[in-house]
Amino acid sequence: MQAPVIYVNGLTSIVRERLLPVPGTVLARLNQKVSPLDVIAQTSWAREHLLLDVTRLMRVTSNVADRLITCNVGDRIAVGAVIASGKGLFSRRVRAPRDGRVVAVGGGKVLMEVGVTKMELRAGIPGTVVQVLPNRGVVIQTAGALIQGVWGNGRIASGTLVNLAEKPDGILTVGRLDVSLRGSIILAGIVNDVEILQAAAGLPVRGLILSSILPSLIQKAMEMRYPILVTDGFGSLPMNSAAYKLLSTNARRDVTVNAEIHDRYSGARPEVIIPLPISGIPLIPREVETFAPGLQVRMRLSPALGMIGSIVALKPGLTRLPSGLQAPAAEVKLENGETVIVPLINLEFMG
Amino acid sequence: MPSSWVDGSSLLAIEVGAANTRAVLFDVIESEYRFVASGSAPTTAEAPIKDVGEGVRNAIRNLQKLIGNTLLDESRGLITPSQPNGSGVDALVVTLSAGPVIKTVIVGLVNDVSLESARRLAESTYTRIVDTIGLNDLRKPDQQIDSLLHYLRPDLVVISGGTDGGASRSIQKVLEPIGLACFLLPEEKRPDVLFAGNEKMEDEVKNLMGSLAASLHFSPNVRPSLETEDLDPAGRELARMFINIRKRQIKGVDTLDLWSSGHILPTAYAAGRMVRFLAKVYGGEKGILSVDIGSSAAIISAGFNRKTTLSVYPQFGLGENLSRMQNYTTLEDILRWSSLDIPVGVLRNYLHQKSLYPASIPATKEDFAISQAVSRQALYLAMQSARRDFPENIATINPALTPLFESIVAGGGALSGASRPGPSLLLLLDSIQPVGVTTIMLDQNSLLPLLGAAVSRNNILPVQVYKSGAFLSVGTVISPVVAASYGTVILRAKLNYENGAEAQVDLKYGNIETLPLSSGEVGELSIQGLRGADIGFGPGRSLTIPVSGGALGVVFDGRGRPLDLPADAVRRRELIKKWNWALGGE
Repeated sequence: MQAPVIYVNGLTSIVRERLLPVPGTVLARLNQKVSPLDVIAQTSWAREHLLLDVTRLMRVTSNVADRLITCNVGDRIAVGAVIASGKGLFSRRVRAPRDGRVVAVGGGKVLMEVGVTKMELRAGIPGTVVQVLPNRGVVIQTAGALIQGVWGNGRIASGTLVNLAEKPDGILTVGRLDVSLRGSIILAGIVNDVEILQAAAGLPVRGLILSSILPSLIQKAMEMRYPILVTDGFGSLPMNSAAYKLLSTNARRDVTVNAEIHDRYSGARPEVIIPLPISGIPLIPREVETFAPGLQVRMRLSPALGMIGSIVALKPGLTRLPSGLQAPAAEVKLENGETVIVPLINLEFMG
Repeated sequence: MPSSWVDGSSLLAIEVGAANTRAVLFDVIESEYRFVASGSAPTTAEAPIKDVGEGVRNAIRNLQKLIGNTLLDESRGLITPSQPNGSGVDALVVTLSAGPVIKTVIVGLVNDVSLESARRLAESTYTRIVDTIGLNDLRKPDQQIDSLLHYLRPDLVVISGGTDGGASRSIQKVLEPIGLACFLLPEEKRPDVLFAGNEKMEDEVKNLMGSLAASLHFSPNVRPSLETEDLDPAGRELARMFINIRKRQIKGVDTLDLWSSGHILPTAYAAGRMVRFLAKVYGGEKGILSVDIGSSAAIISAGFNRKTTLSVYPQFGLGENLSRMQNYTTLEDILRWSSLDIPVGVLRNYLHQKSLYPASIPATKEDFAISQAVSRQALYLAMQSARRDFPENIATINPALTPLFESIVAGGGALSGASRPGPSLLLLLDSIQPVGVTTIMLDQNSLLPLLGAAVSRNNILPVQVYKSGAFLSVGTVISPVVAASYGTVILRAKLNYENGAEAQVDLKYGNIETLPLSSGEVGELSIQGLRGADIGFGPGRSLTIPVSGGALGVVFDGRGRPLDLPADAVRRRELIKKWNWALGGE
């Protein structure tokens, strides 16, 4: 049976797409070296649209209104500019209520886009542009450590990693957040208080890497403008030992937290990337693995939720679990020496 | 190919579910079609494989191991037709439920008429209604446009509205923001559009939307008149659109479409088709109910004399939507079903953790208790929602309760995998709360939708397989409707076996009792209702009815309807354990 893979890897090749949400202009070139803050593509998009009903405003039929409309698709219109005008000395006029651009005309109506904003896409990770996707973005390759998580709030940022978690099950308190942490990415353990998220925003920090978060804080975490990445799950779970070891030993390095929202169909995952200065390009890790003795795995549900272990043996056929259910299972030796029987479907390979 | 009086073609049916893909072989054995074997493998719609074909081939390989015949050739293609050496199959059908929920906007005129019909239509497949646009919408058209463009990005727009020959200008008005939003969306992001409204508007809709939708489909009006609703033709069209959307979203679906020569259906639609058939054959005055509670959705299909309803509720699925379940219920309402003392916080964490890993299963007793409680509440909510759309004038004891059903067929991940049928039956009794006399069958191999899909290939096969015992008959359930106090005798029953033996039971209010009657056996059950107990023949009436057996025989549920659990948590948990033991649970 194939094993799902989550990467917690000290040195690997990392290849990531960075794409605009809507088509635009790609600024980066093939083979260009980029740093996280480099703008690699840009676009503009309209936050709002205005539908001006000339028929109703001028009290005419739509056919007549179409003849009275003076603007065309693509015209940039300033606030107050006439967009439709009647005949005669005291005829009615329709003026643009805001600055904008005409995107559609017809049926006696004018559709304008307004509130156009420019959007810049930054590289996010340091590396080399290995592919340019015209009008969309680029593919960047880098080498370093990769730690994937299970939940992210959709933000991305880079900064220096500071470790405030003395142990994998440490709980972050407000008192630990002081001004010296401004602009840092903080490795914390468990967060169970909304004040911590607000205090971190107040500094502000560049990001939080958590082992777990209370479900009741998710909504507030989504509102934060800095990235929040959760490595293991919900509630009060300690950080898995592999992620903790890798992150804590890389304190003071520059890291990127891409707290992307997990999309099981595209494969996008929240992840921490720690670029490392090496001469060669390490292998790209395998995306698919098969369950077998010796494989390092993490428990996705109880028993031993979040713990890492090694498969001792695959059980033949179906195994009856303490829950009463029957499923293909493995005997797993946990880090603490304990051995548990776990259904294969509840395991993931730590790649 | 076996010789038989039926046209003996083997049929492979594949179900690509959200978590698992199953390959099921049907063939002729002793002159009748039978379920032969089933192989399964994890579905591979998601990253990193992103191709359902891989999971399908793995499931077929596992099936091959069981049947000892080869079904895939060296180039990993399906061998069709079957060969003299026994390899291959003669036909293939596919059902599909994997994939992200389809974000849907419904458009209509009047809230409780065309928009209600559009909602029912959209809920007949794996959609989430993200917006409703009608004449009563207070938003300005430009606000609707921005909402569609920036936040909703629907995959599908379902439009109904206007009786045939009725209003047309009103529909134009509600369609305008949809058309403009489609115009502004990049081509690859535009939604598919189904128009199921006033047929005289079709040309107008073509002009307005034809070049702006990813694809524009028409079906007969779901509301040809104010009094009439006919969702069936539009449901068929929507089923085809669902597959087309999935072909764009998920690699490998097009290959399955090709392999099956177009015999590919949404799983829920295929189940609904089978329920329609069963209702015609077995329904009589009472209906036939099918429930399926799995990772992607809770599906309720009810077949009555003249109408079949099909409701798909992804929001009550036990997979990735679990973290949002609190939008529909409270944690306390979930925990009322638990036999163990589970803290609210533990349940909350479980819902979120499980939503990260939809395919994971409970391995410990505590997780099992939680998952059973969650399943009960999800199915209970789905049933309550589905009942709104049941037709009027159906057989009931009390219109406020579940209608009378001849048979209930239940399947889905929450009910399969258990080593005993008792816990599954209790889950069904708690969440569906059937009344009167009902036979209950567990579809442990999830055959119902596959048989529904097979109808278009071979209309004898579903009948013969259904009658063959491929479904686990749990037994006949007697659920009296009565108001009484705990411990009061509400029903006396005597079961006469075919061999002349007898067994009796005095059912007390609040208890569950069983009388053994093996699967395949029949008996005569004499019932005397006390204290006005009604099992569908009138309060307090005594009668004798034939009953069929099953794994648990004849089950008497004396807990009353609606089921009123004690408020005291300790007593409630004791009772749940007692009911579970009564049904052979641990």
